[in-house]
Amino acid sequence: MGSKKEVDDRFKKFGTVSFTAISKTNDFVDYLEKGKVMGTRCKDCGRVFFPPRTDCHQCLASNTEWFEVSGTGKLVTYSKLQFAPVGFEEDLPYCIAVLDYGDYKVFGRISGDVPENEIKVGLEMTTKANSLPNGQLNYVFKKA
Amino acid sequence: MGKVAIIGVGQSNFVRQYPGSIRELAFEGFKDAMQDVGITTKIIDASVICSAPEYDKQRSPAGVFAEYLGLNPQPTFYVESLCSSSSMGLRLAYSLVKSGLHEVVAVIGFQKMSEISSSESQERMGRGADIQWESPFGTMMPAYYAMYARAHMQKYGTSLEDLAAIRVKAATYGQLNQKAVYRKPVTLDMFADPENRMAGPVASPLRVGDCCANADGSSCIIVAGEEKAKTLCKKPIWILGLGAATTTVNLAGRDLFSGLTVAQQAADQAYKMAGVTPKDIDVAEVHDCFTIAEMMAYENLGFAKTGEGKDLIQSKETYKEGSIPVNVDGGLLSKGHPIGATGGSMIRTIVRQLRNETGEIQVKNPEIGLIHNIGGVGLYGNVTILGRQ
Repeated sequence: MGSKKEVDDRFKKFGTVSFTAISKTNDFVDYLEKGKVMGTRCKDCGRVFFPPRTDCHQCLASNTEWFEVSGTGKLVTYSKLQFAPVGFEEDLPYCIAVLDYGDYKVFGRISGDVPENEIKVGLEMTTKANSLPNGQLNYVFKKA
Repeated sequence: MGKVAIIGVGQSNFVRQYPGSIRELAFEGFKDAMQDVGITTKIIDASVICSAPEYDKQRSPAGVFAEYLGLNPQPTFYVESLCSSSSMGLRLAYSLVKSGLHEVVAVIGFQKMSEISSSESQERMGRGADIQWESPFGTMMPAYYAMYARAHMQKYGTSLEDLAAIRVKAATYGQLNQKAVYRKPVTLDMFADPENRMAGPVASPLRVGDCCANADGSSCIIVAGEEKAKTLCKKPIWILGLGAATTTVNLAGRDLFSGLTVAQQAADQAYKMAGVTPKDIDVAEVHDCFTIAEMMAYENLGFAKTGEGKDLIQSKETYKEGSIPVNVDGGLLSKGHPIGATGGSMIRTIVRQLRNETGEIQVKNPEIGLIHNIGGVGLYGNVTILGRQ
């Protein structure tokens, strides 16, 4: 999968502002376009990685496969930002958060449509692919 | 191999906007340390330059500083571990001296953050985390530490007032520090007034008063082997213990959100190397980039049991007269936080405390002091233990 561009810079589509253009995990962005949030699993030792990586430091191998982040995770912690770094001002206010899926955790944003008074540590949430107003892609946490 | 000492300490004033270039800024801290010990540049046989990149345009600042400070042709090193750069620089200097490769090493930390805007600075700071997988969500340091604050409050019942009490303590001493950026009093009432700037939201649950300010500044620590130290200096302060640790950059890789594993691990190493326990520490400087960071430091360093940091501040045990005085120079919350210079400033305070020369903020006859310096969001941890003997 993936386009046949001379320079495969698909990763520049990830997030409001991407700071990385080229990665061996570029397929992550294609999956996002198809509505899927994916991690990787080492085919040799079975270790799962989120964020995804193509190299397993345990096996020193690069033999990974994609798996879909599915089911629900528990909200570990979060913060609502009232100020933003350069390039993110239009998104304010927004919450960054960590979800715990047991085998792995996911760092991301809470969907803007989750009412603030319903956001609590321990809340069961799902991770969904998301399109941003500026045409970029990311993923967000929604109430399960 | 003999012991290793700190023979000279110095820092510039920490200011909002330094009216000069980075080499001129570095000169101020360097000159202060050189005058403190009273030696000439010929005696320094290597330098270690410490900062976080991208706040200024200079590539490879070590060479530029070596020239400007009169340290040619001696070799120079560049060390970077974000906000703990100069504690990491001290670790390198220790090993250079301990190995016998060099005898006297100057560790110079600097940062001129005012060359860029505050929001650009937040973006740079955010990129001290995982730029591939976290920064695209719009991260910044206050929000990361706010996530730790949320977890600590949830788990241990720590309150916003407990955090504010740390800022009030910092301001108590910051007012006395001529080199600090913020020297005004801060009260709990200011945090209780929604109209007051201190209570303004930044990244929930942290408020303006919970955060330190960016600053421009430089610091310098001069390190020497035992024999040289005894020849050059009347009151050498000895490096008794050093600890350093790292963890995952991405928060998704971590299990603990109510404390910093790097601080726990670095502290364990430093206590073991020094042969002391938390009860033996007479005075400490901890990395209070945010109030929650000082709260977690109390627990990670063993000054309080896990979850009981709030009791330590509420009982004022971390004030100058308490059982474990912490940040009696005002901390980063008062001094400001010029990333690369910060660790050196903390080390300077402890050295001067152990020499009994800090005047109004002097703790009574301290024998052993500790410095806790964190880089990034608990990404790098350095703990240093110093002693008079």
